[in-house]
Parts: sequence; structure tokens; C-alpha cells
Amino acid sequence: MKRVAICAVAQHRIESDIWYKRFQGMLLDVLEDLQKQTGFTFGENGVFDIVSCSDDFFDARTISNNGVCDAIGGHYRGEDKMAQEGLNGIGYAMALILSGHDDLVYLPGHCKESQAESRNMNANLAYDPFYCRCLGLDYLNAAGLQARAYMQKAKITEEQLAKIVVRARQWAARNPYANETKQLEIGDVMYSPMLCDPIRTLHAYPVSDGAVGLLLASEERAYEFTDNPVWITGFGNCMDSYFLGDRDLSVSFALKKAAAQAYKMAGITSPAKKVDLVELMDCYAYQQPMWLEGLGLCEDGQGGRFLDENGPARYNVNLSGGMLTGRPLMIGGLYGAAEAVLQLKGQAGEHQASDVNCAVVHSTTGGAGQFQTVLVLER
Amino acid sequence: MAIRREDTADCFVMPGKMVLPVQYFAGRVGSKFIISLRDDKKILGVKCPKCDKVYAPPREFCEKDLAKLDENWVELGNEGIITNYTIVNYNDRHLPLKAPYILALIKVDGADTPFAHIVSGIDPDQVTIGMRVKAVFAEKTTNTILDIAHFVPVID
Ligand SMILES: [Zn+2]
Repeated sequence: MKRVAICAVAQHRIESDIWYKRFQGMLLDVLEDLQKQTGFTFGENGVFDIVSCSDDFFDARTISNNGVCDAIGGHYRGEDKMAQEGLNGIGYAMALILSGHDDLVYLPGHCKESQAESRNMNANLAYDPFYCRCLGLDYLNAAGLQARAYMQKAKITEEQLAKIVVRARQWAARNPYANETKQLEIGDVMYSPMLCDPIRTLHAYPVSDGAVGLLLASEERAYEFTDNPVWITGFGNCMDSYFLGDRDLSVSFALKKAAAQAYKMAGITSPAKKVDLVELMDCYAYQQPMWLEGLGLCEDGQGGRFLDENGPARYNVNLSGGMLTGRPLMIGGLYGAAEAVLQLKGQAGEHQASDVNCAVVHSTTGGAGQFQTVLVLER
Repeated sequence: MAIRREDTADCFVMPGKMVLPVQYFAGRVGSKFIISLRDDKKILGVKCPKCDKVYAPPREFCEKDLAKLDENWVELGNEGIITNYTIVNYNDRHLPLKAPYILALIKVDGADTPFAHIVSGIDPDQVTIGMRVKAVFAEKTTNTILDIAHFVPVID
């Protein structure tokens, strides 16, 4: 099969309130960084197709890509918007290249959660008006329901959750793009105020603003832009039921399906043996072991034991700090992909892991992980 | 890249509000469900003729086998059990109550799928999975699932 490369990535540093900079300006910085790294241009022999990722409600305008097209090189050429978490944009860009439609794609994404008075209020609008929205459902309280179901099943303790957050902050401190790097003690997390029982304040990711960009190319063209391309070897996604009550919230059916699809494409039969590094979209601490179960790296229902056996360290999970230390909702997975690419290229600086050959990137959107996406990257 | 915190003198942020009057059809299935809550104080579900699953709230198609469900109405109980819950401990404009309140998944008698609703009449610390609750119907209709105002524990 033909291969698709990620040639280079650029990340804007994440902060909780970048009020003093337009997201267009953030995207322009990302573009300039990426062009400096690769020398890519628009036009003749350059990029013609752009896959952007943004969200109407966070941008407070519909057809949100229209507000940024000039800053991403999208005028005078092809531009498609991924109205879903950005990792799916990689799947789409990959398909553009594999189909032969194009051989070079620029993929920028942005999201400023701070533009909304409350990101939970935005999420509430993702629910139907008759059965769910009027009850105040949002992604936080949907996660609260899932946290209770999963923690009970996988025997997850408060102390284990606290350790996940403490570890995430330790790694974030080594990542120059990470948002929340303040160091914590286990007790800080365990006794932080209850937010949405059993989710505590410090179990939830901070409000985050950011922008990120990637350059994708066919195998034939990849070396024009980099000496060490990273290959997309697997991609899959899956949508679970909408109503929370239709699902067994303690298991991620959708993630298992998405992972199976991605592993099959990558020819991976035993992910536990093959995967060296994982970038997870863990919006809340309980999700870290839960998503690792879904990815087949932890046995079903054994999240508690897995944490005691230092499973996250064994698989180099979220050496960037991950979603827990702050990434914007709609590009949480896209930032994860950028980090995984840096790791595979050996360019992750102070948080570089050794011998990374195969990385798995995960993202999710919707209430309690309704929609799940998995990307496999190899060098 | 390094973030450039430019001089922010004379920079302003424009506050805004997205207000968008819309209409949205409840659907024939949704309309029947809500009218039944409003006028008869009865909770209706639908049963799939192919896989026998009883869905609450009702819907037009079975997501598993795409069978049509809208001819297969089932009257469900006004009581049920709490299968899962969270205590909402934050306040926000989109929330129907002040914190703390109990948001639960409730499986009413006769249904296979629990649905989300509010549990009142009990201290949040006292709620448990498996607790039996009953629907309290709203005095004023909103033409939504809030025509059940909330559920309260059944006291034997
Ligand atoms: Zn069915």
C-alpha cells in the first residue's frame, strides 16, 4: 500500500486565556513556523489542499473556517473543514493523498475555549432540546456519570486518580507548549473540591487555547520537506450511541472498534507488544486508564491494577502532559499527534522517550467518549 | 514557537452573545411521548420488533437493526431504579438547578434503557445506585422531558 507521511508539525504554546491574540494570529505563527521548518509554499508545486479544523460555537461564528482561511493559505485554493476533533482531519487528509486527489496537504487547527463564557454551556448545545439539553447535560456531567461507572468496574481509587494528575503535571513541566505546569502533591488532588462527583476540580483539564499545524505528503514527495518523515500506518474511528442510557458507560465500545480498525490497517495484532508511546485525550483523570483499556493496552476492567503496575509509564503515556494539563477540546488529539510526531522524530526535547518506533494517538468528542478516533504512527 | 505577548495597551475584547431564535420539530414520536407525559402522566417507550429492546425515551428507528419502532408503543412504569448518578457541584447558566443536585440515569419499569433525569427530595449524600424512585410530574408544561419535573425516592 502507498504510504502517507507527516513531514513536520508546529504547535502554538497553550494557555488558558490568550485574549490578547486573535486565533488568526495564532494560526499565522503556526504556519510561519512550519514553513520555516519545511520550506513549503502555496501555489505551483506547493500546497493546494488544506484541511482545517475549528468549531463554530467556540469561534462564535458559523462556517468557522471562513474566519481563518486567509491565515492558513486557504484563499485561492482548496479548503475543507473538519467539523470534528482534529485527529479526524488527519484521517481525511490521509484519504486525500491515498486516493491520489493530491500529494501534499496542510492541516491547521485552532480552538480558543476561553472565548466561551463556559465551555460546558457550549457542550450543552450539543444535546437535543427535548430529552437532554433541558436537563443541563454537558460533557462534564456526562463524564461524571461515566467516571462513577468506570471507577466502580475497574476498581479505581482516589489516590490512583491523584497520581495520574501529579504525573501529568510533572511531564508537562518538560514540555514548552504545555498549559498547566504547576506541580502538585497527591493530597492537593485528592482534596481538591468536588466538581461533578466523583470528578474533582483537579481531575478536569483546564480551559485551554491553542493552535497547531501539520504538513502531510505522499511518500514520493515527503523527502522534499523532511529527512525523517513519520508514517501514518493506521487510522480508525467509531461513533457510539447518543443516549447515555443506551450505553454501558464503564466500557468504551467505540474506542475498541476504532482501535481495531486502526490496528488492522497497521497490521498490528498485539498492540501491547508493538506500541512504544501513547498520546491520549484524557479530559478527566479517570479517562486515562479507561482509554488505555479501549486501546487494548490494559486488560478489560483492570484499570486499577494497571495503574498500580505503572502501566502509563510502561507505555510512555502522555509524556507531553496530555490533555489533563490543558489542550483545547476540538484539537486535543491534533496536539497529541504533533507530540507523537516529535517523539518519533526524536525531537521532543526534555520529554523525549528512547526507542520510539510506534506511537498511538487517541482523541474523543461527545459526551462520555461517544466518538472515538485512533491514529497509528510509525517511523 | 515562543508566544509573543504583545503590548496590550489599547487592545479591547468585544463581549458578545449568540442569540438565535429557532424552531425545532420534536418529531411525531417525540410529540406523542411529550403529550403523554403532559396530558396522561404516563411514560411511553417503544419496543423493537426485531431485537425486543424497549427504548426510553422512544425513537423512530432501532439503532442496531434500523427497524421501524413507531408502531410499537409500550406503556412504561412511573417508577424505576437509579442505575447511575453524578452530583452536579458547579453552577452554570445552562443548568436547570442550583448546585448541588443529582443527575441520574433512571431505568423505569418495563424499559431496557435508562434515561437521564434529576433526582430531588433527598440529600445528595444519600443517593445510591439501585435506589427506587418515582416520577413527579410538572405542574406547568414545557413540552420537554421536564414535563416530569424530577424523580423522588419511593419510601416504602
Ligand atoms: Zn432492534
